[in-house]
Parts: sequence; C-alpha cells; structure tokens
Amino acid sequence: MGEFKVHRVRFFDYMPSGIRALAFNRDIERIAVARMDGSVEVFHCSDRFFQEKIIPGREQCGIEGLSWVGERLFSAGLNGGITEYDLTNQKVKYTVDAYGGPIWTIAGNQQGTHLAVGCEDGTVKLFEVNEDKIQFERNLDRQKSRIISLSWHPSGSKIAAGMMDMIQIFNVETGHSVHRLLADRGVGTSRSKECVVWSVVYLSDGTIISGDSVGMVKLWDDQTGTLIKSHNVTKCDVLALSVSQNEDSLVAGTSEGTVVQFQFISMVLGKDDKEWVRTRTFKNHTHDIRAVAEITTAVVSGGMDAQLVVRPLLDKVEVRSAASALRKIHFPHRRLVSCARKSGLMLFQYPGHLELWRLGESEGKGEDDIHLFVKRNPEKLLHLKVKGEDHIRCSAVSPCGEWIVYSTASSLRLYRLHCDNNNVSITKVLQISTELSANQLCFSSDSSHLFSASTQSSVHLVSLSQSGCKFVGTLKPKSGERTIGIRESSKIIPASEDGKWLASANSDHEVHIYNLQTRKAHCTVPVYSSAVTAMGIHPTTNCLFMMYADQQMCEYSIEQKQYTDWSRMVQRKGLHRFWMERDTPCLNVMFNPQHPSHVILHDTYMLCIIDQSLPLPDDKTQFYNQLTLKSLPEEQRKSHSHAFKVCKTFKDILCVELMSDQSLVVVERPLEDVASQLPAPIKQKKFAT
Amino acid sequence: MVETSDIRVVRCGGSKVNLTPPIISSDSRFVLCTSGDLVKVYSTRTEEWLHSLQGHTNQVTGITLNPANHLQVYSCSVDGTVKLWDFIDGILIKVQLVFSDCANLEVSKNKLCFQLVSVHLPKSAEQEVEAKEMSAVSSHISKNPSCTAFGRGGEYIAFARHLQLNVYFFRKQKTYSFSLKATDKKGAKNAFTCIACHPTDDCIATGHEDGKIRLWRNFIHKKEYTYSTQHWHHNAVNTLCFTPEGTHLLSGGIESVLVQWQYGADNRKEFLPRLGGSILHISASSDGQLFCTSHSDNKITVIESSFKVCGVIQGLVKDAVLTDLMIDPRSKALVLNGKPGHLQFYSLLRDKHLYNLDIVQQEYIYEAGLDQFEVVKAAFDIKGSWLATVEERGKKSSDLEFFLKLWAFDERTQSFVLNTTITAAHTDRIISMCFSSSEETTMLVTAAEDSQFKAWCQGADADTQQDQNFWSCDFVGSYHKLNPTNCSFSADSSLLAVSFQEVITIWSPDTWEMLTTLCQPPGVIRDLCFGRLSCSKYLLGTTTKNLLCCWNLLTCELEWSTSVDVSKLQPDPFSENVAAFSYQSKHTDLFVFKPSEPRPLFTNKNVCSEKVHRAVFVPREEPLNSCDESTQWLNRSQLYFLTQNMDLLTFSTATEEDRMLSSSKQLVIDDSVAVTPFYLLLGKHRQQQQKLNTQSHPLLHTPAHVLPAASVLCSMFVNSFLISNTGVQQDPLRYFVHIWLT
Repeated sequence: MGEFKVHRVRFFDYMPSGIRALAFNRDIERIAVARMDGSVEVFHCSDRFFQEKIIPGREQCGIEGLSWVGERLFSAGLNGGITEYDLTNQKVKYTVDAYGGPIWTIAGNQQGTHLAVGCEDGTVKLFEVNEDKIQFERNLDRQKSRIISLSWHPSGSKIAAGMMDMIQIFNVETGHSVHRLLADRGVGTSRSKECVVWSVVYLSDGTIISGDSVGMVKLWDDQTGTLIKSHNVTKCDVLALSVSQNEDSLVAGTSEGTVVQFQFISMVLGKDDKEWVRTRTFKNHTHDIRAVAEITTAVVSGGMDAQLVVRPLLDKVEVRSAASALRKIHFPHRRLVSCARKSGLMLFQYPGHLELWRLGESEGKGEDDIHLFVKRNPEKLLHLKVKGEDHIRCSAVSPCGEWIVYSTASSLRLYRLHCDNNNVSITKVLQISTELSANQLCFSSDSSHLFSASTQSSVHLVSLSQSGCKFVGTLKPKSGERTIGIRESSKIIPASEDGKWLASANSDHEVHIYNLQTRKAHCTVPVYSSAVTAMGIHPTTNCLFMMYADQQMCEYSIEQKQYTDWSRMVQRKGLHRFWMERDTPCLNVMFNPQHPSHVILHDTYMLCIIDQSLPLPDDKTQFYNQLTLKSLPEEQRKSHSHAFKVCKTFKDILCVELMSDQSLVVVERPLEDVASQLPAPIKQKKFAT
Repeated sequence: MVETSDIRVVRCGGSKVNLTPPIISSDSRFVLCTSGDLVKVYSTRTEEWLHSLQGHTNQVTGITLNPANHLQVYSCSVDGTVKLWDFIDGILIKVQLVFSDCANLEVSKNKLCFQLVSVHLPKSAEQEVEAKEMSAVSSHISKNPSCTAFGRGGEYIAFARHLQLNVYFFRKQKTYSFSLKATDKKGAKNAFTCIACHPTDDCIATGHEDGKIRLWRNFIHKKEYTYSTQHWHHNAVNTLCFTPEGTHLLSGGIESVLVQWQYGADNRKEFLPRLGGSILHISASSDGQLFCTSHSDNKITVIESSFKVCGVIQGLVKDAVLTDLMIDPRSKALVLNGKPGHLQFYSLLRDKHLYNLDIVQQEYIYEAGLDQFEVVKAAFDIKGSWLATVEERGKKSSDLEFFLKLWAFDERTQSFVLNTTITAAHTDRIISMCFSSSEETTMLVTAAEDSQFKAWCQGADADTQQDQNFWSCDFVGSYHKLNPTNCSFSADSSLLAVSFQEVITIWSPDTWEMLTTLCQPPGVIRDLCFGRLSCSKYLLGTTTKNLLCCWNLLTCELEWSTSVDVSKLQPDPFSENVAAFSYQSKHTDLFVFKPSEPRPLFTNKNVCSEKVHRAVFVPREEPLNSCDESTQWLNRSQLYFLTQNMDLLTFSTATEEDRMLSSSKQLVIDDSVAVTPFYLLLGKHRQQQQKLNTQSHPLLHTPAHVLPAASVLCSMFVNSFLISNTGVQQDPLRYFVHIWLT
C-alpha cells in the first residue's frame, strides 16, 4: 500500500457564489445555473448532474434571469442587457441592451419565437428570436412599477407579469392589460411594506400561481381575475416557483430555505375535480432559495448558500438507483488548484485573482506518530490580479514552478516567475487575445511546452524556453467523418510523462489522442455515453486512464489503440455497488511511479488507490475493508484485499496531487468554513430554544 | 371459588370513562361513554349522569352510533357480543354474538395478535342473532383502536401498525400499504399513533410518535401517493378527529392542548390549552357544534365549536394513587390523589366527582420526565375538620424536598383552607402519619425515616398572639435510633403505637411516656392497627415475615398469631371487624375477622389477581339489616379496595343488587326532556297536571249553545278522568317488546 506524506491544505479560501437563477431545458436535459458573480454553468441532468460547461462571469454583471429558447441560452441582468451564450465555445456570444433600465426577469415562450423581459421602468419588452440574433419587437403597456416576474401562457397569447402589489395579465397581440390582480399586503407592521410578487407561473388551464413577499402562494383565475385559493407557506418570502411539464406538481422556494411542493390531486379518488394541495416540504438549504426547477423526476433548487440541491421525487422515478439519489453540488466539477509537482508550489484560482503558495516543510516525527513537526509554514508568494473585467476561466503552473498561465474569456496571459530567496517577481511573457483564449491549460512534464485547449477540439502548442516563448502549432483532430457540425471545445488535456502523447476530451464525450512528436492526431477513443471527468496517461505503459461521470472507468492503450485487458475485465465484472453510488465525479487521475500498478483517484469525499494487480471486488465483498484488513493477521490480508483502497479521512476535497517527492497534497475546503462565511440566514424560532 | 354465593366482588363506580372515544348524540344533548361494563349517558348541558346501558358482562370496548338510526347505539365488549341499544330509553334492542372477543367495533381480538375483521350484521327480527358472515381484513393490526378509521362514506378502512399504513377498499377488496422509515437523519420517530379520515375528501390524517401529523392523499397509487407533514406537538399525537364538515382537523396529545388545524390551510391553527390531563380521544358531534375530549385523568370535556369549554365530566382519577384511600368524615366522600398535585373528593354513592383540592398550588407541566411535587400522604382527623398532607418531589434524585401542610375546614366556604405549612418537618421522608382520634384535642403524629416521630399540636406556640392557631411540634420521640415504620392511635386516643422496625412501642400521648414495648415477631412491622369498640384492647400488626399478630394490651402478651402474607390490614371504624388482604401465588384473598375471635367472619378466596395495597371501609347511608352471618359485616359499611391495576372494587350483597335494579326501573321515559333526578320529581307531576287541564278546558270555556248534547259529552268527560290505557306503554318492559316485533 505504501506510505505518503500528506500536506493537508485548508488555506484555499474558495467561496462558491450564490445561485441566482435556474433554467431547465427538457429537450436536451440540461439545466443552466446562473450565479451571483455572473457565471453560468450547464449541468447534464441525465448524466449524474455533471457540470459540463462553465462560462465565467465578469465584474459588475449580475444575472437576474435565465431562459432557454430551443437550445440557445439567454440571460438578462441588472446592467440592462440581454446576453446570448455560445455554449459550444463556452463564452458570451453577444449582449443587446434592452433600454429599459435594469432587467429583473426574462422569459421565453414555448414556441421559441419570442423573449419577454421585465424592466425597471415598468415595461415588458418583447424580443423576436432570429436565427443569429434577437430583435426588439415592441413594448407591452407600460406600468407604473417595475416588473419583477414574468410567465407566458403556454399558448403564447398571454403574459402574466408580477409587480409590486399586483399581477398584470397582458394580451400579447394587443399589448394591453387584460386583468389586474391585486396581491394583499401582509398584516400588522408589514402592512406598510409593498408586496413583491417574486414569481408567477401561468398554467395552460388559465390558472395563475404567484409567490410573493408576504409568504403566500396564491392561485388566481385569469378569466375572472379572482383569487381562487391562497396558501400561507412561510412567514418570509416565497422567492421562486416552478411547475412540472404536465402541470401536476408545483414547487415553491422560500427564504427560509425550504422548498414546498404542491400537487394537483383529485380530492375524491377516481374523480376528476382536482385541486392544488400542499404536500411535501424539503429543507436542504440554510439560506434563501433564489431559484427552483421542477424537472419531473426531481426538484432542483439553489440559493444564497451556493449549493445546488437535487431532491429526487421518488414517486416519479422509475428505478431507484444511485442516479436518483439526493445530490448536493458544492464545488465545480473541475480543478481550481494546480500544483508544481517538482517545486512544491500551488496555484489557487479565484474568480478575480490567482494566488501562488509554497508548501511548508516538515521534519521527523511530531508528538504522535501521525502528525509531523512543521519546520516551515506555507507562505503566499504571489497575489496576481486579473487585468480587465473578465473572470478567470482556467489557470496552470508549470511543474518546474517557473511559468504561470491563466486565461479569461478574452485573453491568455503567460508569466515567468523569478524566485530568488525571498524576492519573488514576475514578468509577462505572452499575451494573446481572443483567438487563443483557452478552456484548459496544461504544461508538459518537463515544462518545455504549454498546451492550451481551445475551440473546435483543437489544442495549441506553445514552446517555452529561457529566452522566451513561441507559438509552435495547433493539434486538430483527424478531419474525417465528422467535419460537418461544430465541435465542442476541449477541456481536459493530460500529456504523457515522456512528452510523446497528449489526450484531449471535449463535451461531446470525444477523446482524441495526439502524437506530440509528429504533431498529428493519433487516434480517437471510442465514444462513451457519459462525459469524461478526469484522465491520465500512465508514465510507463502509456495507457490512458479515464474516469466517467457515471463512475465507470476505462483504460485505453495508446500504442495498441484498444482497451487494455484490465479495462475489459472491469467492464465484464462490473464495479462494486458502493463505488457506483458515489455522487461526485472523480476529478483527478494520478500514477505512483514507485508502484506502476497503482492508480490514484479522488472525488470530493474520498481518495482511492486502485491496485490493478489485485482482484476486483464483487457485490458480495466488503468494499470499505481497510479496518477489517487491519484486524486480520498478515497472512490473511492478502486473500481479503481487493483492488479498491478507499480513504475517507479527507473531506470536501478540492484537489489531490502527488508531488514528485512522493508526498500528497490534499486541498480541502471544509463546508463548515464555507457556511461560516455566508451571510446570516433568516432568523427562525427553533422549538425548545 | 367464592364461598358465599350472595356476596360478590363488583367493579364499582369510578371506572375509566376515557377508555374509548365518547360519542355525542346527533342532537348534541347526550354524551355516551363506556365505563367498565356499562355505557353511561350524560347530559351535555348539565354534565349530569342520566342513566347507563347495562347488559354487557365484561369491559365495553367500543361504542358507535347506528348510522341507520341516530337514536341507537352499537356497543361491543370483551364478552364477545355486539349490542344495539336505544340510548335515550336505555333499552337493549338487539344482541349480536361474535365468535371471538371484540376489542373494538371494527377490531376483534384473537389470542395473541389483534385481527381486523369486518362483520356483516344480519338483518333479523330476533333479539339474539349470531353474526356468522365475517371476513378478515387484516390479521395484524395495532391494538390501539385509534389506529383504525373508516374513510369517506365507509368505502375504505384505514389502519396502521408500527410504521405501516394500510388502506382497505371494501368494494375492490384490495389493500394498499405504505410504510415509513423507522427513523430519519434527524432522529424522528415515525411510528403511527392514530388515524382519522376526512369525511368527504379522500384524505387520511395520521399522527405519529414524534408529534408530526401527516395528511395522505392519492393513496390508490402504489408510488404516486403523497403526503404533507405538519408539526406542532412535541410529543406523540394521541388522537385526531375531523369535524363532520371536514373543514377542520382536531388533534391532541400529552400537552393537553386541543389543536384545531384548518383543513387546506395548514398553517392556520387554533389552540385550547390547559385542559387537564393529556388528551386521549377527541370526538365531534354530527352537527359540528360540540367537541368532546377525553383525558388521561379520567375526564371528558365538552367543548363548543367556538373553542369554549362548556362542561366537564370528571370520573374518579386513579392514575397515580400514592395516598391511602380515605373517607372525608363530613361529606363521606372518598379522598385520594386526583389531578397531579390535588386531592380529589369523590362521592361513591352517586359515582360523581365532587371537587379537587389543590394541595401543591403550583402549575403542573404536562411533560414526560419532569420531577414535580406530588401529594404522597394525607390524613383526616376524626371530625373532618383537619386535613394533613405531605407533598414531596425528588424521589429519584437524592435531594428530597417535602412539605407537611395542615388544612382547616372552613364552615363558611365549606372547604379546606391552608392553615400551616411546615417546610422541614423531618430531615427525611415521612413514612406514616395519623391524627389522634379523640374528640377534644387533635394531635398529629408523623413518623419519618430520620428515626424520629413527632407529635404536632395546634396553638402550642405562645409567641404568635393571633386569632388563628397554627400547628407546631409538641414532642419528638425516638427509639434506639431505629427507623419508625408505622404509627397508630388507639380508638380512644389514649395510646399511641409506633413501630420501630421489629419493635412496637406504646406511648401515652398525655405524658409522652413510653409505656411498653412489644417485640415478638421476626420481621419488620408492616402494618399496625388497634381494635375498635369491644376489641379495643387488641393491637394488630403484620410483619414482612408473613405473620399476622394480635397483642392483648392489658396483658402485653401476644394473644395469637398466624402465618399469612397480609398486604393490607384495614380496620372498620364502625365495628370490631378488621379486613386483611393477603397475596398468595397470583391472587389476593380477603379475610374479615374480629380480633377477639380466632375464626374469620368471612373469607373470600381469589378476590382479584393483583396485590391490594389500598382499601377503605365506607359507611353506608342506611344500614342494611342482613342477618346472615357472612354478610353481617357489610351491614354498616362497605369495603372498597384498589388493586394494582387501579380497579376500584367493592363487595355487594344480593339484596343490595335487587334493590338497585328495582330503583332503576322507576326511570320513566320521555324523549323531550333529559331524564335527570330533578325531572323525575317534578316533570312527571307537572305533566299530569297539564293533562287534566287540557281536557277540562273545552267544556268550561265553550259557550253552551255550541256544545253537543250533554249525553254525548258525558261519556267523553268521564272517560277523560280515567287513567289512560296508554300508560302501560310507559313500562319499559312492555315498550321493549313492542320494538322488536316491528
């Protein structure tokens, strides 16, 4: 098994940003998440909610609403602009100013022809969605107060708009208001406060459902404009509503952190007169829930506590499995830390800056056998602020520790680090704008080359030397059967230790392997249905080890262009139930040069060493057998051990890296620390306190 | 087993009225509840006990209104019968025999597990029919009847057991079951405790052990069923009830707060707090105007729909009896622990709770695990003008806290008023307490575990020159540092006997001189009493080594002793008789004897199967004059005793029962006025008067020229004075025959 010196790093103060908006696209099964810092993420709902795409935000760009129109994603924010995203290249496509002041909400109709935005100046503006752009069409009747929420009738003929103290129903054709529904203010002291209609939902049967700041979920009839029923859900605000596609289930997110479900149920069994009845309450958040999405099989919610919670609705799930378990997504599904393996440096990526740290040193044994005496504390060498307003998309430090590179949406910057004793200085070596902006950056193991994954599955090569750097060329996948259609941009690129091979994966689940000596595409790994979450090329055997979002693993021999025997055996025997039930993807694949048969993997909750020489566990064997093995005598251990050695000592792991001196760096970000930095939640009376 | 056939043990008044949910009649005038083997009918307005439906031979376990006729009620009993009654007249209409014992109207008990069977009640004119058509619905249900409920219009029945809810549809004959996890991450206890079904919607409300209420809907789907959860109760929900309109849901638990949830708007709820003991059952009248809650302290509260308590029907509280059974010499009421911190006064004759006397005078908090003050000892002096009580707390922990309180009877307010509170009467727990029985001076003796006994007298303290006389310590006695176990005054108060472990010391209360010690038997003295009247020279004692000894105080020698394990020795204050309950191999025997005679007057083997620790002789209002030797001891007083199961039992003779039966037949039936004793006196009289008046009226007030000929009128007029034939119908027996022929 071996022994590792472990640097446990907890000084990476990564703060996930709060979730502001959610938009679910049923056709492509993607959910888009907008965060407070303006970044937009896309999760694949049927692929274990793997975070496929991240579009970093900008300074001063608050997104208020997200909307899918077909497969196109639009957002609108308080800066008054409507933004369309280029999802293949993971960047902003264009921004159109709506000229109505800050935009509070955006909604697309089901036909996919129009977008409606609600503005601060009290107008609902309609935009026509064209092939490549959106075009302002007209304003609906201007109201006195700002438009907070919007919902289209499924037919697209009417729009309900939530405002201060009221809801307006507009006829889209005439642009005039049809009905005005007055929402009651709260009683007592809140009487003087305006009632904000935070969210409206327009159902196909003409029912309008509203959630407001008084804490009520109200059901209105759009024919008569009367209140049908009101449910007092909370003492605070109802901030978000979402209805299922067949309109039999509604979820409401409140600022208490609860999600309340309503169901459209017949009151007498077997009869047709149905009513909306409050049923379940889910409490998975500590703070305000700003956005909810009912995606039929689950309820997705996100809010100020920055976690995305997927609460399955088990009555709608066909088969209960690991894919339909309660899921809480705290951290991005990619690495924010890169380590210089040879020089003991770590680069932390924050949205607006980079931090470079040197690991501490230890000596001998400490007070007990486990802890070592720290000779030198880790120190922060560098705080590098980003030029411009864009946030960092990716960053890397070279294994030798001399080069730092980062990329934003608009540019890529390469720095050279000079470290003499206590003086640290950097010089900018390279700045490339738009063309080369990278989705993923990687250095070769001898630090002689920089690989930058870019659009259309291509990888740019930059050679680095003492004198300077030079753009060498571009690796492109073989142009053959798949020339037509846009290729997704690459995102994960590991290079082999001997500098001969490079692999790149893209969000289309394709993995390309390039020969760096000939600078030609070598081969393509057969496409698997699930996304690749981590890859690594074995230093001695030159096999590509891949981890997928559905927790499967594959080993592909680059030289023989086929799966290895071990990989085939894994596929044949299947993986252990406990392994498949883990709910976070593996984020890194490492190899231990001292034990060629060992593969080191990690996800958010565990660190695992797979020993390829040992037998695979089947469902009957004890999976977490470390304790059992310890209690067994030496000679029996062999017969009881299996390939998976799982270590759960570490929690909330952001990154694990094996340094060249055989020590492990484990970067943890305890969730309690994250929670302690959040603003105080709404105070709630707890029983018996 | 019973040696004398004409004396039998009867479960007397004070049975549990809270065993099953009470029923309110459809006109809201009557409340029906089960009480032992009776069904009692109370008036909702006056809280008066009107009459009882007598006929079952064992515990009645369930009652329900006949859905076809709202004037009839079904009852079921452990005796295996289901009976149909006319509850206004108190008449048995029909008996159904069900093969196994019924535990609820829907629930029948089989040997080990409870089974749910549906019984088809055959339509038959005969009075006794045997129900044969039965179909088992479920073989495993909870024995708690509130875990079973009929759904909308009787289409389905919902029943729960542990963590599983089952819904059985009668038409489809199909059961749907839903289960919950035993615990979740938050440690909630999810076991079902009660069920109620909405009257018009398909919605089932279930109560749970952790205080949650779930409303289940869509329960014809295996997967797409759904429920919403409400949480207010901090402990198990005992009972749930929908109002008949279905607009509200009522719930209750140990908090003794009635909670009214608005159906459909679950956040809105109303509370009616401080109802007494924890709520066990809730029922609503069919018009929704009245609610009834029954409580653990054997009480039924009648509540208006505006959430105002309008009546309390209090039964005998027997939850935690720590004091002896006592008789208040003034009211002749039975006195024992009542509500927590109270003494209750209960009239055995009228089977009615008289009042509660607040001893502790502190708010009682209904929560499990709290250590609160409890009345543990009480004693009356012979005239009933003084009452001494001991309250203590800290039984489990080491720091014992107790107060001795003395209460004087106030003639003006007709109740006891606190006179003296002694905070540190002893340094350790008071074991025994008795008043001297002399008429002139009252003296209280307390014996405690601090190896002392103290005598307390009134007004001995000269410092307080006030009108009121307070009690203070007069004498402290001890004997070789032994812990006293018992104390007792002789009938004329000239002697005080205090037992110290194995030694009995006899003291003279006048001079506080120890006269003699009696130290004969092996074993610690358990019970001590002096003989009365002609036997006052005898002192009786029982020991832990199963000896019953009788000393002659004149000779200071042991007169006789016998080996019998006496758990309770109770002298009759009105005769020489002494009753001894002995517990042997799972049953209790009773011996009644005179200390002077070695032969017992009366023995009754196997009085009950539990140990008897509390008994009392209650004087009769009018003495019986039975000459039979075996029943003579019951002539002047009646022996009541409380078993460990808290059943209050007594002995009654055959002649007594005959008299009771004849008196109950005098009840005359009228369906417009509630039959109260007052009505029986006055109403009947008035009615006759009325009848006479109306018949003479037309003759006297009609002008003569419009009247028919006098010869025609004459026979009518004379006839009207004759006693009507219809009067016979008022005889309950005849009326009874009439009904079952139709």
